[in-house]
Amino acid sequence: MTSSSVHADAAPEADSHAHHAPQSFWSKYIFSVDHKIIGLQYTLTGIFMAVVGVYMSYVFRMHLANPAAHIPFYGVLSPAAYNSLVTNHGTIMIFWVAMPILLAGLGNYCIPLMIGCDDMVFPRVNRLSFQVFFLSTVLLLVGFMAPGGAFGGAWTSYPPLSAKVEYNLTPHGNVIWLLAVALEIVAFLLGGINFVTTAMNSRAKGMKMFDMPVLVWMIVIATIIFMMSVGPLVAGAVMLLLDQTLGTHFFAAQGGDPVLWQHLFWFFGHPEVYVLLLPELGVVCEIICVFSRKPLFGYKTIVYTTFMVGILSMIVWAHHQFIAGIDPRMASIFSLTTIIISIPVAVIMFAMIATLFKGSIEFKVPMLWAIGLIVEFLLGGVTGIYLGSSALDVYFHDTYFVVAHFHYTLIPLVAFGGFAIFTYYFPKVTGKMLDERLGRIHFWGSAIAFNFIFIPLFFSGLAGEHRRIYDYSGFAELTTPHMQSLRTMATHALLVMIAFQIPFVINVIKSLLKGAPAGANPWKANTLEWTADSPPPHGNWAELPEVYRGPYEYSVPGREQDYWPQNAAN
Amino acid sequence: MGMLFFVACELMFFAALISAMFVVRGSAREWPPIDQPRLPLLTTAANTAILLTSGIMLWLASRALNSSASPTITSRWLRWSMWLGTLFVAIQGMEWVRLIKYGLTMQSSSYGSFFYLIIGAHAAHAVIALGLLAHVYHSFASGSLRLSRFWAAQVFWYFVVGLWPFLYVLVYVL
Repeated sequence: MTSSSVHADAAPEADSHAHHAPQSFWSKYIFSVDHKIIGLQYTLTGIFMAVVGVYMSYVFRMHLANPAAHIPFYGVLSPAAYNSLVTNHGTIMIFWVAMPILLAGLGNYCIPLMIGCDDMVFPRVNRLSFQVFFLSTVLLLVGFMAPGGAFGGAWTSYPPLSAKVEYNLTPHGNVIWLLAVALEIVAFLLGGINFVTTAMNSRAKGMKMFDMPVLVWMIVIATIIFMMSVGPLVAGAVMLLLDQTLGTHFFAAQGGDPVLWQHLFWFFGHPEVYVLLLPELGVVCEIICVFSRKPLFGYKTIVYTTFMVGILSMIVWAHHQFIAGIDPRMASIFSLTTIIISIPVAVIMFAMIATLFKGSIEFKVPMLWAIGLIVEFLLGGVTGIYLGSSALDVYFHDTYFVVAHFHYTLIPLVAFGGFAIFTYYFPKVTGKMLDERLGRIHFWGSAIAFNFIFIPLFFSGLAGEHRRIYDYSGFAELTTPHMQSLRTMATHALLVMIAFQIPFVINVIKSLLKGAPAGANPWKANTLEWTADSPPPHGNWAELPEVYRGPYEYSVPGREQDYWPQNAAN
Repeated sequence: MGMLFFVACELMFFAALISAMFVVRGSAREWPPIDQPRLPLLTTAANTAILLTSGIMLWLASRALNSSASPTITSRWLRWSMWLGTLFVAIQGMEWVRLIKYGLTMQSSSYGSFFYLIIGAHAAHAVIALGLLAHVYHSFASGSLRLSRFWAAQVFWYFVVGLWPFLYVLVYVL
């Protein structure tokens, strides 16, 4: 079905850009086919869901700090609600925050602007993609109103817990959750087809493949990884849905295989991590080049290693299942691939550091977030090596060590990266500059608080504290005052981090109302999006740009200016 | 181009279904289970031939379209391709009705579950692809056909046709 719309839409849109008829509010902002508006729709939905997700984490962290106490703005948390909040916090943060902001929002906004074309190849498919995504968002939230409550079987949804109502006790919640996730994936498939075809077919005149900014490469590779890995998840989701509704036995212990779901899920789930990682690395590459006024170190190396990351990411999935009863020989192989994949990622990290080396670095707010991302993500990556070892993982599995580890990878990516994107592109999107001082307060407050949330959790995980537990009172060694103080510390740090978002909100409102005008190119960057007006009009350029050189010609000797836009003839 | 990526996705989807079946099959004591009916090998072999012929017809149609042959030839091959495709789906449906009568259902065993899931997924794709072909045929008849659309429908139908022999061997024969 998708296929019909894909090609049906290809040609006619191309000419509709030629005339820019005045548009009503609805056709301009709600049912727009403009890639920028769709990107913003994705981003704003993502930000809204981020608020929902943070609220959930606030509720269950408050509960863990003061078990069974009354939580302000919520009430008393019941065990079933705890499960569904933990589950949906994970689901929302990955599928409804990270994916729409980092991949769909960023990709939609930036790809056409960066490669110098007026819109995506299939604009109406793009609009459909957001509409499906929006529907999935509504569906997920409706799950909370379903009788029996929202699904509470963890975001990984392992059967038989997720398959049988007798176990999960959410007769409607589990089906709604699964359908919402499936719809969301359909949305990103539609969007992803667009990303890859646009980057391949619509580049500006003169722009060769290796003249594309690294960000575009990263998004394209991330999209390809996503599209290659998502099929098995859809297959698994169909089977799980049949188990839930028709009473088949795909994942039943008798006659089926519960571990099979884990294979199908993680075959998608692990590449998904790289789907989120790569666009962020791309953004960091752009930002550190602009703010250290240096060419990117090893452009082609970065692109090739990224391909390697993509290929390797498909063969590491079983490291999530070391304790699921898989063959130990297979576990050793997956241990090995898991540790190998840290090599290409490290290569990219070193290329970034080499780019910074001897640059004339300006610590503007986007740069702070980008460097913060590199530093914090390294911590997350290094702790991953412990978990990747199949012997150590037997002990660490499902403890707060794992929780701290993946939050140390995902929060730098989603929050730090998200704020880097936001502060870097805010002048382009709105035409106004953000306030630097409020931005710095926001950065330092959030970054320091973030470490105080998750460093205690590393220690509690090392002490054996299991995750997804509502009530620790049954475990004598986990209810000691020391353990409780670690939990309380994490919760308090979370409150501080939430409080430090207030300067950010003030900053955005203040800048929108009376920020300094940004001009087309406030950061003096080379890439094409900065040659369009801020904000770019429908169709992006009156005349499409022509490209003469690569994207990273900073501080070229013998030139008066230290940057050299891609479209400048000389 | 978009269609090629989509088909690559679809391939991964079917690869996952097939490998899932082999995982479950590997741990099953006997496959197919003793009390379950056997799948119709011969009818389906004939049906496979029908589907492959349909694919060849579409290839002939595209050749006629790209050469200077008269439009009636193109639309004739296109029509034949669609008829044979529809015949394939119809015969599959009749076989399903018989199998259900013999007691092979989604709930009866994981053998049945996988059979209906995989073959059903293929049938759903076949129906959608036939819809695409019908759309192409219709717009060709009214003279509003764009080549990119024809090409997309063609890629999708080749995918449906090309996948089937593998499914026949892996699900029916082995």
